[in-house]
Formats: sequence, structure tokens, C-alpha cells
Amino acid sequence: MADHVIPAPAQNPESEPFYAAAKEGKFMIRRCTGCKKAHWYPRAVCPFCFGDTEWEQASGEGTIYSYSPMRRAGYTIAYITLKEGPTMLTNIVGDPDALSIGQAMKISWTAAADGTPMPTWAAA
Amino acid sequence: MSINGRAYIVGAYEHPTRKAPDKSVAQLHAECARGALADAGLTKDDIDGYICAGDAPGMGPINMLDYMNLKVRYFDSTDVGGSSYIAHVAHAAQAIAMGKASVVLITLSGRPRSEGVQTGTAMRPGNPQVPDAPWESHFGPTTANVYGMVAKRHMYQYGTTSEQLAWIKVAASHHAQWNEHAMLRNVVTVEDVINSPMVSDPLHRLDCCVISDGGGALIVTSPEIARSLKRPLVKVKGAGEAPKGQFGGNVDLTFSGGAWSGPVAFAEAGIRPSDIKYASIYDSFTITVLQQIEDMGFCERGQGGKFVSDGNLISGVGKLPFNTDGGGLCNNHPANRGGITKVIEAVRQLRGEAHPKVQVPNCDLALAHGTGGLLGSRHGSATLILERE
Ligand SMILES: [Zn+2]
Repeated sequence: MADHVIPAPAQNPESEPFYAAAKEGKFMIRRCTGCKKAHWYPRAVCPFCFGDTEWEQASGEGTIYSYSPMRRAGYTIAYITLKEGPTMLTNIVGDPDALSIGQAMKISWTAAADGTPMPTWAAA
Repeated sequence: MSINGRAYIVGAYEHPTRKAPDKSVAQLHAECARGALADAGLTKDDIDGYICAGDAPGMGPINMLDYMNLKVRYFDSTDVGGSSYIAHVAHAAQAIAMGKASVVLITLSGRPRSEGVQTGTAMRPGNPQVPDAPWESHFGPTTANVYGMVAKRHMYQYGTTSEQLAWIKVAASHHAQWNEHAMLRNVVTVEDVINSPMVSDPLHRLDCCVISDGGGALIVTSPEIARSLKRPLVKVKGAGEAPKGQFGGNVDLTFSGGAWSGPVAFAEAGIRPSDIKYASIYDSFTITVLQQIEDMGFCERGQGGKFVSDGNLISGVGKLPFNTDGGGLCNNHPANRGGITKVIEAVRQLRGEAHPKVQVPNCDLALAHGTGGLLGSRHGSATLILERE
């Protein structure tokens, strides 16, 4: 793969705690205190019932739902279905030719251009 | 209440340019407006409603209304990307049915080709207040790769092949050879498509649409005014619109919002998919067409690959002639938004004014459908059913 650097993430008050936890190596998701469902991407208001939500640490385990390598640009976009249920849009690091849908994956932090640890994924 | 029969498309104009470095975007809009009025046999002063989307420079409709010096009593600037203009026809019909306007102008224009926009593959900086941006924009969901994920999943789940997707481009190229304005007029083969460079696996360069300058305009009016004009009567028969996103993380790439907008449009029109003689289907990529064909109910879910194969989308050859102007895949994708050209070619077909080599005989019912935004993350869908009266 070519040298691809993930840009620094855009930030707003809903996302800042996620990246603060990421700096401690914790992969966080949000779960509703009302309907108890986990969702992605994290929101203050539950996308299922409009209830309040709270952070919880996730397992960092998942499987590939789909992916698409752009070899010239040097990165692979993917949807990973988390063990906790929701599916997230992310990047997979490593050889795209070795991937397949359904494959077990684990979180593998990659530093963005500004050093922020980004939740990318690698083969488990 | 229904819009079925309450409004007609009487003007349709596609700008002939495909590269316009010497024109401003506002100028292109106005040239399209002028063309659609001439096509309808109406004048500037007849316009009392105007609709545009995000390609129109300025704030909503305000700056373009001022540039064209139009005084209207109805305006709208619904922006759902490339599908906007299909929804705009329905919104115009609603305004006309409610007596809020009688002659509504819809315009689209842009010059991404002159401006050197790498539409399909460039990363875009995220606006931090767009709610998904802090979670996604840095991962580079360009365009090609998000559609690539849809194609990859379709292949995994239903056994769809690159060869089947290629047939969609092959059909578009068969049509584009007759369009003197089309950017790509060479007929291509399945092998040409699958041997073209990979852009974002499994989509090849020839699975992607063109990047072009240009634009288009439509005039929608009341039944009374439509009957007073000399143009063939193209009636708005049914319409639907629907968003689709990630469902809070319950991502499902096997369908688009068309699975909801399509049935609404068919119900309003009171017809079935098998009644459609011609379909304009948004073709940002080959996979876009395949998925939307399934969503519209032209075939069973998962059977799109088989359905599009062997020339089934080629006019005069297959069962569902599609995009007989060559579509976005070969003809034109002005402003990176293909919705208006979808409606324009459907109007041509219903009037019997398509190129004779691709004109569908006795074309009395046509569909125009599109997706705006990104098929594989979040988008708006709009479906329009039109009838030749
Ligand atoms: Zn909830």
C-alpha cells in the first residue's frame, strides 16, 4: 500500500470524549439508558428512542460487513460489524488482498496526521 | 389527495456543453432556463415558481432568482444531491395542485470538469458540525469506494459478478453512440469494462460515470396551461421520495431508499413496474443502476445481475430500455448530479423525440429514478412516473 495518512478528525462536542478515551487506548461506543441498545456513530440522543445515552467501553472485536480498497490512494474503506451489534464505517489496515467479508477483525489504532489515535481495524 | 394528473412537464432542455470553462455557473443555469422555456413555448414572464438545489450558486433560490430577475410566488430549494431534480418535479406538481404556482422552472448546472474536481476519488474535509463527519470523513468515504462497498456486498450476498455489472455500461454505450453530445460515444464490451483500471475494488473505471460540465432545466405547469401549448402532453402520474441512512448502525447495503420511494410512486400512479416502457435510472456507477432496478421492482432482490445481462437494458434488444441518452455512464453528469437528465430523457421518450435508433415504440409510461448522496452511507431517493397522454 502507498503511504496514506489519515487526516486529523473533524471534532465537535459529541465526539471529543471518544478521542480523549482513544488516547488511553479505549474504544468507546454509546448505549441508550432507556432502550439499552448500542448504536454507531455515537450520539447524545438515542437514534432508536430519543432517550439519553452513555459511553461504554467496547470489546474492539468485529467482523467485516463490506470493504473496498482504493489501491492507488493506498487505503481500504470498510464497514465493520462490532461484537456489540452496530456497524461502523472505518479503514482496514494491512493487505487488502487477504480480506474477505465475514472475516474476524480487531481494533488496531492508527495515528492520524495530528497524532490522534484513529479506530482502524486489522485481521484478528 | 394525489398529484396524479395535476401537473405536466411541458419544457425540457439539456445544455449541449460538456466542458464550459468560458461560462459561469449562473450563466449555465440561465441558458438552460431559456432553453426549457423555448421548448415549452412559454416566456420568462410566465414563470411564477422556481426550484433549484445546491448546485445553484448562492443562498437557496435567492441569488439565481435575482440573476435571472424572476418574480415568483413559489420557491423551493430541496437539496438531496443528484436526486433533487426528480423530487423537484413532484414538489412543483404539489405547488401547482395547491394553486401556489402555475409555471414552475427547475434548473441545474455546474462545471466540475472545468474546475478539475476529482469527483469520485478525492477525500473531502469534514465540516465538524455535520454529525457523521467526526466519525467518517477522515476515513475517506470518497464516492467510488462507498459504492464499491455496495457492489462488494451485493457480490457476496447474491453472487453478482463484475461481468454482470459491466453489461450496464455496455448498454449505456450502445445508446450513447447515437447521441452527438455524449462524452463517450464508443460502444464498449464486457471485456473492455472489466479490463479497465480498478478504481475502487470491485468497481473499474468504466463502472463509473463521466465528469462533465453542463446542465438542464424543466418546466412543470398546470393541466390547463399544458393543453394550451403545442407540445405533447407528459403528465406527472406518481412520485415518491425517501431517505436512507445507516439506521443507527444497523447498516444494510442491499437496498437503497428507492425500495421505499418506488412503491409510493407506483401506488400513486396506479401502475406496476411491468407497465413501464422506458426507465431513466441514476447511473453514477453501474452498481447504482443494478440496485435501483431491484428497488423499483423490475426484478427480484438479488436478481439484478441476471436481469441486466445480455443486453436486457438496450433499447430494441432488451425488456427494459434504460438511459437511452447514454446516461451518466456515457453522456453527461452535469454538476455531478444526474437527476435532471434522467427526467429530460424520459420526457424525450414519452414525446417520441428520443433519437430514432433508441426511441421506444409506443412509449406511454416512463419512470425516472435517482439517488443523491452516497448509496452506501446516506442518501435521498426520488422516483417519478410520467405518462404520455
Ligand atoms: Zn434508546
